[in-house]
Amino acid sequence: MGFFFEVLIGGLLSGVLYALVALGFVLIYKASGVFNFAQGAMVFFAALTFVGFREVLPGWTGLEADGNFVFWLAFVLALASMVVLGILTEKIVLRPLVNQPHITLFMATIGLTFLIEGIAQGIWGANVRGLDLGIADEPVEWIMESADILVSKFDLFAATIAGALVASLALFFQYTKVGRALRAVADDHQAALSIGIPLQHIWAIVWAVAGFVALVAGLIWGARSGVQFALTFTALKALPVLILGGFTSVPGAIVGGLIIGASEKLAEVFIGPFVGGGIEGWFPYVLALAFLLVRPEGLFGERHIDRV
Amino acid sequence: MMMNDMASLGDTQTQAPDRHIGDVILDLQGISLSFGGVKALTNISFDVREHEIRSIIGPNGAGKSSMLNVINGVYRPQEGEITFHGKVRKDMDPHRAATQGIARTFQNIALFKGMSVLDNIMTGRNLKMKCNLFEHALYWGRAQKEEIEHRKKVEEVIDFLEIQSIRKTPVGRLPYGLQKRVELGRALAAEPTLLLLDEPMAGMNVEEKQDMCRFILDVNDQFGTTIVLIEHDMGVVMDISDRVVVLDYGKKIGDGVPDEVKNNPEVIAAYLGTSH
Amino acid sequence: MLYREAGQFKASYQEDQQIFPIRQDKLGFIAILGFFFVVLPLIASEYWLQAILIPVLIFSLAAIGLNILTGYAGQLSLGSAAFMAVGAFGAYNFILRIDGMPFIVALLLGGLCAAAVGVAFGLPSLRIKGFYLAVATLAAQFFIVWALVKFPWFSNNSSSGVITAQHVEILGFAFDTPVLKYLLTLAIVAVLALVAKNLVRSTTGRGWMAVRDMDVAAEVIGIRPMRAKLTAFAVSSFYCGVAGALYAYTYLGTVEPEGFNLDLSFKILFMIIIGGVGSIMGSFLGAAFIVLLPIFLNVAMHALFAGSMPAGLGSNLELIIFGGLIIFFLIVEPHGLARLWQIGKEKMRLWPFPH
Repeated sequence: MGFFFEVLIGGLLSGVLYALVALGFVLIYKASGVFNFAQGAMVFFAALTFVGFREVLPGWTGLEADGNFVFWLAFVLALASMVVLGILTEKIVLRPLVNQPHITLFMATIGLTFLIEGIAQGIWGANVRGLDLGIADEPVEWIMESADILVSKFDLFAATIAGALVASLALFFQYTKVGRALRAVADDHQAALSIGIPLQHIWAIVWAVAGFVALVAGLIWGARSGVQFALTFTALKALPVLILGGFTSVPGAIVGGLIIGASEKLAEVFIGPFVGGGIEGWFPYVLALAFLLVRPEGLFGERHIDRV
Repeated sequence: MMMNDMASLGDTQTQAPDRHIGDVILDLQGISLSFGGVKALTNISFDVREHEIRSIIGPNGAGKSSMLNVINGVYRPQEGEITFHGKVRKDMDPHRAATQGIARTFQNIALFKGMSVLDNIMTGRNLKMKCNLFEHALYWGRAQKEEIEHRKKVEEVIDFLEIQSIRKTPVGRLPYGLQKRVELGRALAAEPTLLLLDEPMAGMNVEEKQDMCRFILDVNDQFGTTIVLIEHDMGVVMDISDRVVVLDYGKKIGDGVPDEVKNNPEVIAAYLGTSH
Repeated sequence: MLYREAGQFKASYQEDQQIFPIRQDKLGFIAILGFFFVVLPLIASEYWLQAILIPVLIFSLAAIGLNILTGYAGQLSLGSAAFMAVGAFGAYNFILRIDGMPFIVALLLGGLCAAAVGVAFGLPSLRIKGFYLAVATLAAQFFIVWALVKFPWFSNNSSSGVITAQHVEILGFAFDTPVLKYLLTLAIVAVLALVAKNLVRSTTGRGWMAVRDMDVAAEVIGIRPMRAKLTAFAVSSFYCGVAGALYAYTYLGTVEPEGFNLDLSFKILFMIIIGGVGSIMGSFLGAAFIVLLPIFLNVAMHALFAGSMPAGLGSNLELIIFGGLIIFFLIVEPHGLARLWQIGKEKMRLWPFPH
């Protein structure tokens, strides 16, 4: 039983990370109706930019390479890059495609994925980098002693950060003026415009926030598995989460992330051995698909009535 | 064609109801429809006779479009009974309605935007075409013959609606009035016995309205098609309808020949917004 | 002056419904066919045949497949490569396990396997739309590749699922040189392209397009959206399957499941976006473009840097150019190269007196 809980908790903790990436999707989808496949590439871009700045900054400024100051300076610069990237994307790619079918926008973000990957590697190079956030990936002792379950310190730390981020974003969108405007935009672009909400302003903010989320996700994932091209595949982890939770729901992204994270790890450990293993790649998709057939609008999505 | 009918709009031609009208072909009894908690239609009963032009009128949100959607199976009413051609309908879906000879147009044009006018109207022949995928793949013999045969029918519709010059234009590029006409063409190509028209003249100028009126009357007259029509232009409705049913807030408040309905105090109240 | 349709009158609907109603188009097409069937095999080098022309043809076929599903029936798929894999492994197993299995039959059976799998993964399309469906097709992409690796039966117990295609032989005649393989591929692709063209201009194709443009209206007019979607999945997957089998048998010779990955699926998607969504000819143009671009880039980079090319620059540049082109085409010309071709023809009609 201890083993079961260990797997479950491990799954839930990585589920929080899936939720974090999924959240980036949800934000952009809510605000502009774009299903941003490039979210994964943005995670990669963010992490690589951070690591890259951390490498070059000591040389440029003569600062101590491992110091806190370099860390935060790199963080701020990476964040600024993400904001610029987001705003450019909105201006150059999405604005000309306003009013195009959703599918066209989706395909454009696939193109964007390639573009961002190419630019990121073009600037910083393609080699895998380690990233140390100063948290060791070792079991938390008191949990191990009291319940005999292995829970990684790093995972716990990551989950806390992600959870805090999700909570603050939820509060931000629920209680601030920008948040209200965003929800209005999500409901109806035309109506929002007509009551004087600056649409493009809102879009820029949302892309910037999505960039911030991507940076946090990139740092955590990068610290765990190295900053490398594979980070773009975090998008593929987040997609089933979105199907499960619905594209428009923040709580859906969180709950969906937890469900996918837990079930994929449990499936891998308990079902995997019977079919040859390695089912993590597709199991979440099949799970999400099966779920969709029962409830096409997702866990928290709204049922849509076709009007003719 | 039918140039002499051009002047028909405006002359109050009182149609003699029994001139060509036959038996009841569609009978709706006690229809109620709701979405979640919202009642769209409440206990509505009326009938449609063969060859007649039957209009449904009422203020916005009265449930007119819902009524059409019930007739051709897009919505399923929670209560009520529908008898079509003497048979009580049970499970209904739009496809089955189409096979039974019900065709329709939509309030917001529902054409296939990426296809040419010709192809759009050809889809109306879909149910009458029998070849399968493999014959289509070869496009030879029966499949080719069938395609040509139905093309002839479609060309008749195109001639009837006077849209020869735009037959190969993608409909997305056509102006609104012509799109409405193409949509009527698509419905006509199916050679329906019952034609449902949802605001065929909405957003048209006077000239376009005259054209559309003429087409509707011609369809009714030449092909004997029964027509159920939703329209806001009272002049048109009173002119071309044999009988009119009036809905307000999902309830029926009037039913009868145009003159009767015109003088019904409840109808007047609903339109003028006075309390009664 | 040469390209005019004036004076060519259609006296019957049959004449009007030809694939090339304009005489010059027909002649041009025959000339192109002649060039590809007769002239190219005589003049093209082995490298051109084996490394460029054959893959262009095979990818064209896969792109036609995806175009049927996405361009005509409006259902976006990100799993084309997986259906190619089904076709390749299907054909391989039919030839391996059934004595005397003719190559063409195995090819078609491989395609049919892919069609069956395609229908199975297309079932969700009956309930879900748009990118929900696109994500669902990813399930096919990951699951199929995984299954082909994990179950050794598919690859006759080879390690990590690698298969080596048997020799291609039709009626005792061995297709073993690049020229012969090229001609075989060309013939198959030409026939299937014609079939695709026939399908999209018939009731089947109109059904697909109707469902794409407005499914509620399609149902009201008597088209069954379910049937239209599933036939689109079946036909599309069949094309991808045959393309996959050719990929193994006339192009690479040795393939592994991991070769049919998401990247390949994206590549095929890019072909139809750049070539032209909803156009058979666009599928050819797009495939040629996507196959030729990296080769062209490579040559250009070598010329530019004369051998001292920074590592990784080529592949990054490729990513940037691919991504940029996709966005560019979607914004500027959503109907791709095929539309540019058409605009060119319309200009030709007026040339040299445009006013």
